[in-house]
Amino acid sequence: MDPIAAKFLGAGLACLGMGLAAIGVGNIFGNFLSGALRNPSAADGQFARAFIGAALAEGLGIFALVVALVLLFVV
Amino acid sequence: MASGSVIDPIHQFQIQKIVDLGTPGGVQLAFTNSAAFMFGIVALVFFFLTFATRGRTLVPGRLQSMAELSYEFVASTVRSTAGNEGMKFFPLVFSLFIFVLVANIVGIIPYTFTVTSHLIVTAALALIVICTVIIYGFVRHGTHFLHLFVPSGVPAFLLPFMVVIEVISFLSRPISLSLRLFANMLAGHIALKVFAGFVVMMSAGGAVGILGATLPLAMVVALTALEVLVAVLQAYVFAVLTCIYLNDALHPGH
Repeated sequence: MDPIAAKFLGAGLACLGMGLAAIGVGNIFGNFLSGALRNPSAADGQFARAFIGAALAEGLGIFALVVALVLLFVV
Repeated sequence: MASGSVIDPIHQFQIQKIVDLGTPGGVQLAFTNSAAFMFGIVALVFFFLTFATRGRTLVPGRLQSMAELSYEFVASTVRSTAGNEGMKFFPLVFSLFIFVLVANIVGIIPYTFTVTSHLIVTAALALIVICTVIIYGFVRHGTHFLHLFVPSGVPAFLLPFMVVIEVISFLSRPISLSLRLFANMLAGHIALKVFAGFVVMMSAGGAVGILGATLPLAMVVALTALEVLVAVLQAYVFAVLTCIYLNDALHPGH
């Protein structure tokens, strides 16, 4: 296979990781919402923690994007 | 992105020399746009905080309130993650948080340079944190600091594997800390440039093109709003993770 074509294929595959990270982030906020609907008074105190968890999960998706960018621009 | 494409999202990250300082000792030294922006950020924060707390009134006005709120925000984060002992690290955490926050926000302004979108900058900040953790841990606790890697309540035959896993996860902390901030800034700005490029490309297509160009323009506006959120959130996550790692130095062992 042409290495340039393989580069672009690899970059496209790396973006699958971002879809999985999106599932993770949605998981966190979905759980937060279901908990908040059960106990609204405790929801505001934990909202910052939900954002921290979402940022950590989104970070892994961004790592996948970095792999794609490295494949496209560096290799 | 093939070379010769109209959209060039990489040019915004280029380091440009403003004052070339030659090559002392074989190292290429220059005052670059990155350094200029870093000086600008520090000057901005310094003058804001100095000017805001100049009055030192008991009941704060608006500006002093802003300074006090930022102090209290970071102080409460440090206290809740690292305890009252953690307040001795407050200057470090506050400096890191404010620097990363202002650097991220300044990068959203068009035609500015995003300091934190370079891995070397975020890696330097993350290494400051990790070296502080390691050095303070060893100075304060001696070899007891290594109990950090030995979780309690683990059966003896699993212990070697657990120690290896814990060491690897500890060593991955500076990598993930720096890479998270860098990649978020890089990805956000590249996405902004790509959609802005779409606006220009579409508006070259006559009247219909200009009408259609409002769609990527709306996307750029939405992305800018998202970028502001990501900028603040990533600065906060950087600060919180710093506090958590410092807590490991203060109270090692699970």
